[in-house]
Amino acid sequence: MRKQETKNVITELETYLESFSEFEKRAAGRNLPWLRSLREDAFARFCQVGFPTTHDEDWRFTNVSAIARTPFCLARNGFARVSQKELGPWRVAGVACQLVFVNGRFARELSSMGNLPVGLKVNGLGKEIADTPTEIEPHLGRYVDTQRDAFCALNTAFAEDGAYVHIRKGAVVEEPIYLLFISSAENSPSMSHPRNLIVAEEDSQAIIVEDYVSLDPGPAFCNTVTELVAGDSAVVAHYMIEREHREAFNISTLRIEQGRSASVTSHSVLLGGGLVRNNVHPVLMGEGGECLINGLFVGNGRQHLDNYMLVEHASPRCDSRQFYNGILDGNAHGVFHGRIIVHKDAQKTDAKQTNRNLLLSDEAQIDTKPQLEIYADDVKCTHGATIGQIEEDALFYLRSRGIDEVSARKLLLFAFATECLDRMKQGLVRKHIEGLINHSLFQVANKCDEVRANRRRDEGRSWEEME
Amino acid sequence: MSLLEIKNLYVEVDNHEILKGIDLRVNAGEMHSIMGPNGSGKSTLAQVLARRESYNVTTGEVFYDGKDLLAMKPEEVACEGIFMAFQYPVEIPGISNAYFLRSALNAIRRHRGLDEVDAMDFLPMFREKLKLLDMDEKLMNRSVNEDFSGGEKKRNEILQMAVLEPKLAILDETDSGLDIDAMRIVAKGVNSMRSPERAIVVVTHYQRLLNYIVPDFVHVLVNGRIVRSGGPELALELEEKGYGSMEAGARQATSA
Repeated sequence: MRKQETKNVITELETYLESFSEFEKRAAGRNLPWLRSLREDAFARFCQVGFPTTHDEDWRFTNVSAIARTPFCLARNGFARVSQKELGPWRVAGVACQLVFVNGRFARELSSMGNLPVGLKVNGLGKEIADTPTEIEPHLGRYVDTQRDAFCALNTAFAEDGAYVHIRKGAVVEEPIYLLFISSAENSPSMSHPRNLIVAEEDSQAIIVEDYVSLDPGPAFCNTVTELVAGDSAVVAHYMIEREHREAFNISTLRIEQGRSASVTSHSVLLGGGLVRNNVHPVLMGEGGECLINGLFVGNGRQHLDNYMLVEHASPRCDSRQFYNGILDGNAHGVFHGRIIVHKDAQKTDAKQTNRNLLLSDEAQIDTKPQLEIYADDVKCTHGATIGQIEEDALFYLRSRGIDEVSARKLLLFAFATECLDRMKQGLVRKHIEGLINHSLFQVANKCDEVRANRRRDEGRSWEEME
Repeated sequence: MSLLEIKNLYVEVDNHEILKGIDLRVNAGEMHSIMGPNGSGKSTLAQVLARRESYNVTTGEVFYDGKDLLAMKPEEVACEGIFMAFQYPVEIPGISNAYFLRSALNAIRRHRGLDEVDAMDFLPMFREKLKLLDMDEKLMNRSVNEDFSGGEKKRNEILQMAVLEPKLAILDETDSGLDIDAMRIVAKGVNSMRSPERAIVVVTHYQRLLNYIVPDFVHVLVNGRIVRSGGPELALELEEKGYGSMEAGARQATSA
């Protein structure tokens, strides 16, 4: 048995070995010793740890064997096939710039860079590595955990291109910086490893959006890592929108390094994708930092949407807030895993975590797991989770005023989602996301007859705990 | 033709028979009061008319404006002009009162083939009704009934009625738990709605509300049956003698 397993693992890794040796020969920056060893070390580590299994505590509720089994090949030169016309629906007006990446590669000719505001620099990471590697070296791979996290190791091994965003000290960029990631598999399983580096220097402000879409319904595996460095007193809002095709695999990690009194908000909106894992990992390094992690996931069919939070309080007097709402229908499976680590010196920490879920069918499932590790003694940490259904009383109340059942359901779902929207600052990003959520919820609410047939009669269970 | 005609209505809730043969006719322009002790079936009757699905009609017919009411969905009943003020108005976090009410008004207007009202046109009419019920405008941007006091919730029900302008309004114990000032405001709202085209049915446990809203007819509901019907003087008789005498009368009638 064990032998068989080992053999499988080796076969699984073989494709990656081939891909990696080929990648190393032509990768951008291969002549840079630091980058070369970063990649090699990460790849060696990936081979050692292999893909996680459900025995791994951090992956208990998410089985990635479908990713491990599939022989993905590195997607290359895909962007030649994307036309401006195909891009049309994904264009967003009013942004500072829209950078387009096709299978993780920066496509300058598809991007709109316009007149960039003063203090903002954006580029493809590959180009930046070639042009000014000295800007990249101090940050790339310095924050993300490649030792224990196989996907981060894999991404780092193949780190070559993605977005590079730099906001100069004191600069305030008011329009959103929009990063559009298009994956395309055509018919053969393909993988991409977009690697983004966002450096917001001291006292700067910016809004960054990562939007993940699919060009075609093929089996694409997108494994993203974003390292976001927020300098002292920087204010950064980060949005992640997942709306890929249902066959897509999307693993993403947002690793945030926060300086003194820096304020970072991370908003994740998971609407699409087949198997999705969204890791958000802020480390509050400087005193007085503030971090809000806000998320909404809406799943139906056989979607699996996993939200993994790891908030590390490493300095005193930092606040962190996690709010995640999930709406699950059909056979969808949602996961909320909120881990908070309060390190020894992080006195006066104030950490809060809330996860609320609506299950709309008998088959939909949510696993919610708080995990608090507190090594300081003067801290405030609370967590709570609820699981329920659409309230029949509320539905009847709306209907009794003339609102039809589908609209009433949609209204109630939207009200639930609004809790997350309300935590986003007013502006075009929020409006854009509101439109996407509306569309998704309409599809869910529209199936109300089906929902009715499977309506859960049992009472919602809920628990609330304080520590 | 009566606006509402209930014939021999039997209703079960969770396999318990609550209504045991109700007959009632309500004409446009009339104000009826249905009175009765707790558990007599008053609220069940109101809920059935609003088409709550968990109430199971086993026998009988209900015609509204000549149409089979029991074949309608809750939203159809509302669009056809029936409004029920809830005994326990539901809190709906995340939907503002104003948005909710405008959605309801527009759903009803669409059903009637009228143009929808946009936010700008809605506001002046809305303000006028708010004034009628002495309600703070701030309540309108708050979520539906969320953190409203008991009195505010009841006033909010009457506000909805005033905006939606039903042909048949059923007020389910709207007076319960109201202090005398709030009751006067609610009564003023209800009285302002009286018109020859509209019928109002007031379901209540106590007679006090009827000092302010004077009904044309009073029906006494005991143990699932209407045991007596009469004019407004019947309410006063009840006030004096209590339900006890009529319950006893009902028991005698049953055993006979």
